Amino acid sequence: MGATPVTDSDWDTEVLASDRPVLVDFWAEWCGPCKMVSPIVDEIADEQGDNLKVMKIDVDDNPGTARQYGIMSIPTLMVFKDGQLDKKIVGAKGKAALMSDLADYTG
Amino acid sequence: MSSTDTTHQVTIIGSGPAGLTAAVYAARANLEPLVIEGVIEGGPTGGQLTLTTDVENFPGFADGIMGPELILQMRAQAERFGTTFITEDIVKVNVEQRPFTLETASGNAISTQALIVATGAKPRRLDIPGEAELWGSGVSACATCDGFFFRDQHVVIVGGGDSAMEEAMFLTKFAAKVTVVHRRDELRASKIMQDRAFANDKIDFVWNAIPTEVNGSDGKVSSLTLKDTQTGEFSDLPCDGLFLAIGHIPNTWLFDGTLETDNDGYLIVDQPTTHTNVPGVFACGDVMDHTYRQAVTAAGTGCRAAMDAERWLAAGGDASHQ
Repeated sequence: MGATPVTDSDWDTEVLASDRPVLVDFWAEWCGPCKMVSPIVDEIADEQGDNLKVMKIDVDDNPGTARQYGIMSIPTLMVFKDGQLDKKIVGAKGKAALMSDLADYTG
Repeated sequence: MSSTDTTHQVTIIGSGPAGLTAAVYAARANLEPLVIEGVIEGGPTGGQLTLTTDVENFPGFADGIMGPELILQMRAQAERFGTTFITEDIVKVNVEQRPFTLETASGNAISTQALIVATGAKPRRLDIPGEAELWGSGVSACATCDGFFFRDQHVVIVGGGDSAMEEAMFLTKFAAKVTVVHRRDELRASKIMQDRAFANDKIDFVWNAIPTEVNGSDGKVSSLTLKDTQTGEFSDLPCDGLFLAIGHIPNTWLFDGTLETDNDGYLIVDQPTTHTNVPGVFACGDVMDHTYRQAVTAAGTGCRAAMDAERWLAAGGDASHQ
């Protein structure tokens, strides 16, 4: 399954209005480090589906959302809780480090 | 810590051109090499090439090739001949007894007769106030990753080598203006790269200047404080982003106290071989090369390391290699 794509247009309903915390992976096709993080995010999506909604957004196709949240480096992961930005993780990390960053949201 | 009973013949740490070339050669010598690709500690999986765009100087690609694509091809080639991969970072290495043992971040234990160190190097940072605070919020060491976010803005690149020029030119695709800040009054970059940079209208230069502080607030860079190396005067250079291309630091911390390094921290090998001071441990690529640091030279030393390891194993892992 992995992370579900989200766009500028369904951002509000899919992310901000979600009743579960949402982990969003900001990525792009040309970003080498994103290619390392995305498979880990997909794994987290499969393992933590009950606790966390996991989505990914292509910043090339969806510049509005990236601009709105001041993304200046990718990969950036963000966690949204009750419609608010709750955590920001900039740069590629291994799974163990990511899981510890996400400990507040995972089971 | 979990463990397997298998002892590998050859294990390679690193997945850039050095490690993958070593894997191709070791695999074709039927040594069934294991490559520990690494995730983040020593840089990205696939190494520094994965952060580049067009590679124009790797022989065999007349029209150039994208860095990430070149790495994917090398990986596929290594896999085709029987290389296996573990995509994890190594946290601990013991080369004090044989077989050597390695421990991954998730606690897997790996045992190996010969070890090839191809851990590469990581971008150097300035270590000045503001840099860490604004890292990822306007300060970056990867133009190809982050240049996109500086459309129509003014960015500064620090450095004077080929990679600084390459990144400066890449950044002109997005930025309105790119200022190269260099601590000397001439560039170290190759002639062709210098010519291209000087010919680019969007690139200007500040010479004899050392950055002393990154200024900004609310997660945005606003300026860079510079010190003039001639007059000692300080000035403020307004900018929206700061990219670093000031060289690399070899990734040797796994071998602190066991493998010998030179004054700059690079692993020492017994030239022209790739033998380190520990028999059975070989080094290749940027972790042992502070002179050339090219994809093709890394690949070349990777080949040498695999052949050295093969001979060493064939000789029964003899301690000597005269």
